[in-house]
Amino acid sequence: MENKVNVYLNTSRYNFGFLNEEIKKEIRRKILKAVAIPGYQVPFASQELPIAKGWGTGGLQITFSLVGRDDIVKIIDQGCDESVNAVNLKRLIVKTTGVKVTTDTYQATIIQTRHRIPEIELNENQILVFQVPIPEPLRIIEPSEIETRRMHAEMDYGKMWVYLYEDIIKWGDITIGYRYPVLVNNRYIMDPSPIPRWDIPKLNMAKALFLFGAGREKRIYAVPPYTKVKPLEFEDYKFHVENFNGKKCSRCGSSNSFLVEYYNRETGEKTWVCSDTSYCTMRLKHKLSGDEYE
Amino acid sequence: MGYVAVKGGIEAIENAEKLVHFYRLKGGSPLLQIQQIVDQLRFAVDKVMGEGALYCPEYAALAIKQTEGDLIEASFLLRSYRSTLSRKYYSLPIDTSKMRIIRRISAAFRDIPGGQILGPTRDYTTRLLEFDLMNEDTGSASKYIEELLNQIKIKNDFQDSAIPSFPKIVEYLKREGLLIGSKKSDSQIFDITKEALKFPCPRSGRLQILARGETGGLLALAYSSMRGFGDIHPTIGELRVGYVPLIIPHPGGKGTLYLGEIMVTEAEIIASVKKDDESVPKFTLGYGLCFGHNELKAICMAVLDRSMMSENPKNPAENQEFVLYHIDGIELSGFALHYKLPHYVTFQAELDRLRALQQEGGFKNGEQS
Repeated sequence: MENKVNVYLNTSRYNFGFLNEEIKKEIRRKILKAVAIPGYQVPFASQELPIAKGWGTGGLQITFSLVGRDDIVKIIDQGCDESVNAVNLKRLIVKTTGVKVTTDTYQATIIQTRHRIPEIELNENQILVFQVPIPEPLRIIEPSEIETRRMHAEMDYGKMWVYLYEDIIKWGDITIGYRYPVLVNNRYIMDPSPIPRWDIPKLNMAKALFLFGAGREKRIYAVPPYTKVKPLEFEDYKFHVENFNGKKCSRCGSSNSFLVEYYNRETGEKTWVCSDTSYCTMRLKHKLSGDEYE
Repeated sequence: MGYVAVKGGIEAIENAEKLVHFYRLKGGSPLLQIQQIVDQLRFAVDKVMGEGALYCPEYAALAIKQTEGDLIEASFLLRSYRSTLSRKYYSLPIDTSKMRIIRRISAAFRDIPGGQILGPTRDYTTRLLEFDLMNEDTGSASKYIEELLNQIKIKNDFQDSAIPSFPKIVEYLKREGLLIGSKKSDSQIFDITKEALKFPCPRSGRLQILARGETGGLLALAYSSMRGFGDIHPTIGELRVGYVPLIIPHPGGKGTLYLGEIMVTEAEIIASVKKDDESVPKFTLGYGLCFGHNELKAICMAVLDRSMMSENPKNPAENQEFVLYHIDGIELSGFALHYKLPHYVTFQAELDRLRALQQEGGFKNGEQS
């Protein structure tokens, strides 16, 4: 796949992992701070990359600053390894590092993701790097950065609760579909990046390290392993995930994974399929050989 | 030497004009041909046609050549030329489902009937300077074309095959009752070239102003809404680029006339939930369509179209007045640049006021005595 398409990049003229070592070190320092204060948004000097801002440059800078020669990298976009953006980022990483890439979630040491957490549970040796478009969870109620920084500092989250309350009054339920705000380590309200509600429980007391990078907005934040992450909810309006009752993947038959719908090319009919393509393919492989996969 | 009042305006202007030509030509390199600009500065041409509100690649290219690539100035030339043309007919609404597509994507669904077609996009290129272009020659260019055409095996029967049809993604959502459909109105469209802007501005007028707005202006306002001064949460239902047929009612009153085709970019964005007439929550839709290949503009236009429908406008991008008065590059730049004109009289009046204030308040030389 690699090295065919872009004939213009002379790799030997670029540093391992594209960024220079001083910048990588600085980003790692910011990551350490983020890990030390779970859910807190650490400002960092976001660099220009050969990818447009808003297309995953935050995640890419984290990946570039962490990746070593022995790492095995997996990139997913909306759960899919073969999505154009994922393939494109992978191409750049391979070109500037030469590291191994994989689609197998178990194999990967660093997984960079856009909008999904893999279906299978990650382990202590894995890092999940999120590409974050909007790091500020309070942005929906407060457009000013100065003001939201103050609100976080003072743990002044009343407005957020009022927003959720008003949402229930107006619509009968909380309408936030993705980027559902969470409270990290009982201190900071955090934007979990645009993952569906389905993935929110996976953040709580997880074994893996979660790193969040927002390149355009110049923020890094983290959820370290074994950290409490709770979705905001009321006693009488509990958080709940997407409902796929009665539906299953038309490919692997899974009924307990996040499904996306699509319209059949020929018939125009609607079908469902796993968003996590790696999970789906593994299930399919095991199904064909007759054993269980989870 | 005593003060000499500035005179001789005509001579100064004429000399400035001569210098403009001189500055364009003084390098002595081979002169840009209009066709080169049409072929190789495709996006500049499309931008100028959109903002100049006249579909004419040759004249847009001419304007770009004449203005040395100053695109707002080039749009200005095109728009003022447009005033010299009589406007005889309104075309029938363009049916974009008949589009001869070169690019078509959906960010809402992974797989769509007809498929995702990336077409000629720079979205996934790594933004690195291609130094080889510095030494590009016609030999290597024609070799590249030949190899590519061989590779994709353009067949001779290409023209005979029917143009595949691409169903509109938002139609599926409408069918399922998930989307508020736009209301068809029988009323005459509001023509912004013939009437002054009024508020609330009908949607047809809003879309026209957006369609010829300056791409950067649209971007800044749409981005403010995406980033936090707004609550739209756009998802691109579908983005299409391609050629559409242009049809007018037959001047004789019988049937229709096909004029030819133009290239357009169309964006349909699915946006935040609203209740419809029966109080059922549904998605809303924002729409963008502009001349040529300009995806940034079509997307920002669709975002602003939707944000201006907000029931209780709070943010700049939701306020019709704010958006519609502040996105026309030609109007804006004209005013911003007029400050270069002499303001001797008005400034004299201000000087007088300031001096009076200083004296009356017992101030002297800027300090209080």
